Amino acid sequence: MLYAILSIFLVAAVAPVVHRLTGRASGWVLALLPAALFVYFASFLPAVAGGESVRLAWQWMPGLDVQFSFLIDGLSLMFALLIAGIGVFVVSYAGRYLEAHRDLGRFYVLILSFMGSMLGLVLADNIILMFIFWELTSITSYLLIGFNHEQLKARKAALQGLIVTVGGGLALLAGLVLLGVASGSWELSEILAGEDSLHEHALYLPLVILILLGTFTKSAQFPFHFWLPNAMAAPTPVSAYLHSATMVKAGVYLMARLNPELGGTELWTWTLGLFGAVTMFTGAWMAIQSTEIKKLLAYSTVMALGTLTMLIGIGTPYAAMAGATFLLAHSLYKGALFMLAGSIDHGTGEKEVPNMGGLRHAMPLTAAFSVIAALSLAGLPPLFGFVGKELMLEAALGAPDALAVVLPLLALASAILVVAVAAIVGLRPFFGARREYKRTPHESPGAMLAGPAVLSVLGLVLGLFPALAQPLVAATAMSIHGADTGMELKLWHGINLPLGMSLLSLAAGLVIYRFWDSVRAGIGRIMVPVGRIAPERGYERFMDGLVWFSAFQTRVLQNGYLRTYVMVTMLTTVALVVGTFAVLGGFEVSVRFDDILIHEWVIVALVALAAMFVATTNSRLAAVASLGIVGFGMALIYVFFSAPDLGITQVLVETLTVILLVLVLFRLPGFLKFSNPLTRVRDVIASLAVGVTMTAVLMATLGVQYFPAISEYHIAESEPSAYGRNIVNVILVDFRALDTLGELFVLALAAVGVYAMIKFRAEDRKS
Amino acid sequence: MMAGSLILQTGTRLLLPLLLLFSVFLLLRGHDEPGGGFIAGLVAAMAFALYMFAFDVYKARAILRIDPRNMLGIGLLLATLSGVPALLQGRAYLTSLWWDVEVPLFGELKLSTPLVFDIGVYLVVIGTVLTIVLALAEAEE
Amino acid sequence: MTAEPLLAILVGVLFATATYLMLRRSLVKLVIGLILLSNAANLLIFATSGLTRGAPPLIPEGMLTPDGVVADPLPQALILTAIVISFGVLAFAVVLIHRAYEVVGADDLDEMKDTDT
Repeated sequence: MLYAILSIFLVAAVAPVVHRLTGRASGWVLALLPAALFVYFASFLPAVAGGESVRLAWQWMPGLDVQFSFLIDGLSLMFALLIAGIGVFVVSYAGRYLEAHRDLGRFYVLILSFMGSMLGLVLADNIILMFIFWELTSITSYLLIGFNHEQLKARKAALQGLIVTVGGGLALLAGLVLLGVASGSWELSEILAGEDSLHEHALYLPLVILILLGTFTKSAQFPFHFWLPNAMAAPTPVSAYLHSATMVKAGVYLMARLNPELGGTELWTWTLGLFGAVTMFTGAWMAIQSTEIKKLLAYSTVMALGTLTMLIGIGTPYAAMAGATFLLAHSLYKGALFMLAGSIDHGTGEKEVPNMGGLRHAMPLTAAFSVIAALSLAGLPPLFGFVGKELMLEAALGAPDALAVVLPLLALASAILVVAVAAIVGLRPFFGARREYKRTPHESPGAMLAGPAVLSVLGLVLGLFPALAQPLVAATAMSIHGADTGMELKLWHGINLPLGMSLLSLAAGLVIYRFWDSVRAGIGRIMVPVGRIAPERGYERFMDGLVWFSAFQTRVLQNGYLRTYVMVTMLTTVALVVGTFAVLGGFEVSVRFDDILIHEWVIVALVALAAMFVATTNSRLAAVASLGIVGFGMALIYVFFSAPDLGITQVLVETLTVILLVLVLFRLPGFLKFSNPLTRVRDVIASLAVGVTMTAVLMATLGVQYFPAISEYHIAESEPSAYGRNIVNVILVDFRALDTLGELFVLALAAVGVYAMIKFRAEDRKS
Repeated sequence: MMAGSLILQTGTRLLLPLLLLFSVFLLLRGHDEPGGGFIAGLVAAMAFALYMFAFDVYKARAILRIDPRNMLGIGLLLATLSGVPALLQGRAYLTSLWWDVEVPLFGELKLSTPLVFDIGVYLVVIGTVLTIVLALAEAEE
Repeated sequence: MTAEPLLAILVGVLFATATYLMLRRSLVKLVIGLILLSNAANLLIFATSGLTRGAPPLIPEGMLTPDGVVADPLPQALILTAIVISFGVLAFAVVLIHRAYEVVGADDLDEMKDTDT
């Protein structure tokens, strides 16, 4: 398992080489990897369908409770199969779609890295490991959205997606840590198997809110939905893969994963139910206004993500089954539709649906698969989408309390709009009068049709024979619900309320499709004022504010005046020290001045007076001389208190310092008084604050010893094991030789720096 | 830079070998008594700096024979390499190793990797100080 | 406890004077403040570990451990390298400042505010 995931990153690393060697066939060659993984994961199917879950673990950082542990149950297997399966087609599709792109090699690296991260995310059992993969998907997604980095639009969209998802990721990390603390385990399998419910735990509310912030941003739930349509700046295979079938479902995955442990409370049901339903409707509503085919599909993805969130929130066995079914159905038809949209773009150069029409003769296969996939999107029998939608409506009707009224209404409204969206993307481009296109329309090559063909036909087959999907879907539903749902997938549920709603939505949806152009214009007029308060405006305000604030604080703190930096640094230190003592207490000073010898008083007084004289004199010579008194006084202090090596070193360095100052400092102009008296008073106060703080801290630390000094060991072992009687020197060249080595390099760097500065000046002069 | 007085020059001519000898003495006894690579290096550097003040930079460079920058590099190399023998024995980098060598007429001599390391420190300190001081003095000219 | 309180006061004086000098606009004063600051920091480390009179961390010849209590050798080793390194850094700072003075032509730090653009 570990090797399965590592192998992807490994292949990703060599993908450009593979691409160069195999040329046009590179897509197919690289697709072999996800294909092999698909087979590997499929081998777990019998065990998982039997209700088992498989756990595999390798040690990583045992001290931190972080390990490479993986969990395969219905839910993670469903995702793993989708990621690997759709991955096969996305990679082979990209091989042709981006054939002419000079960065195709880089594309393979990114898409394969993403695939590895996403697989790690859904398979990880350790929540920290899962979070690492979670962030990796955000980063690879950023790089993929911004793949065409020459375009400003792509860069902006990439950054927006990154900021929204990574910002949510921060909240998620905090939530996951709280989850680990509250449940006492960092393994999902143990958290889920835990006897105690977390519902009554004091951390339940904050951890749910934080985790949901993470999942809502990742899965583009209202009000964070705006980044997803913008992410369509990515190449189409990326949209098909990341922003519809896989990555955006990571949030859904995590909510489904944690549903058995966290779900079942009013907070969970209402939050997920309402936000999901609102997202569902928002997505459908925005879709109908869009004209660019990828935007239409993106908004319908937002709608699907909302639907899934809502279903997890409802939490009944019915809803779990509906969620699992809808998840599979959506990935199949949406993956297909995105690739077909890319196919149309590839064949005609056209992205705007209103400009399309009559393509069924030029692109017969694209048209056929589009119709099949769109029927599944619309939820018409006998496609798998129909099975999913009927279950979804049934589950919405079965929602608890007042949600049983709100959710079905929103679901019906969305269903109506989705029928119209399906018709727009599935019928509009291919039927009606033929239009003029930038390129002569032509059918796409096999590599670009294989994926849509398999995915859309699979939607049809599973619709006709739902029993085929039963084992995987039932196992997934079991993971979501936490117990066997005991339900079977059926195409025909008999004549009931959901069927009525389906019929109504079909009729109403087709009417909207018929008058789409005028509907769009009408909605556009209504939406003008709404646009001003849309969440995306909020994001832009926030970003503008951030830029303004950082410019403001840079102006204040980094204003180019060195003394401001000194002031800020010193006073911050003082504030932190004083603040710590004030908050935590423990400031105790008990000092006595009776055990001080007379020559110690004298030398300390001399050094202190010399230092003060240095600070106030205006004669450079006097300053350097007094500085010498300070330095030699320091040497005496070292000698008085048993540090002969320090005393000698200090004397020697002091002498060298004087040489240095003589060589350089007297080349500089004499002291000038720049500052006015008021500034000086302010500086004196600040300096006194620093000095008093340091004195106080030092006095407070005297006599405090929290742990035995490590020098006990140095003193005891100096002669016996290091054969040296000067312990200071033994520490320098033996016990802590590596530190000394580092310091030698610092010295060498300083010397090289000085040398370079002086010699470059000489060269400047010559030239 | 102007040359120093005759007394200083004569004194320095006598002092330089003495100071250098003293610095080697400080270096070698440093493991047991106050001294060691840092202090010895500073003393040696000071001796050359004194010579530079008494005569001039070029005379100082001439009597050094070796460019202080090279001394810096050799010192770093020695200090870095002194940790390698321990690696070859499968122990942690910079673990000290000791050998007792019998030298005829001289008696027993303690050889060790910390001594090599300390010699490295000595050369780095001389190299650093003289690189800086000589470069500065040259810039004056 | 011996003379630590006295040294604590001296540390305070050195930090205060160093800070005051570093707040001046004159380049030269900045350098001198830097020298005082490194002395202050060294003394701070030295005093924190406790002071011992007349017992350097040396082992008499022929013995395996020192005779009685000796001063803590570890802070001494730290300070010893710190003294030498502060000389290297000081040399770097002094030359940098000299160079800056040549370019800008003023001792006034405020004149150097806009040179990095």
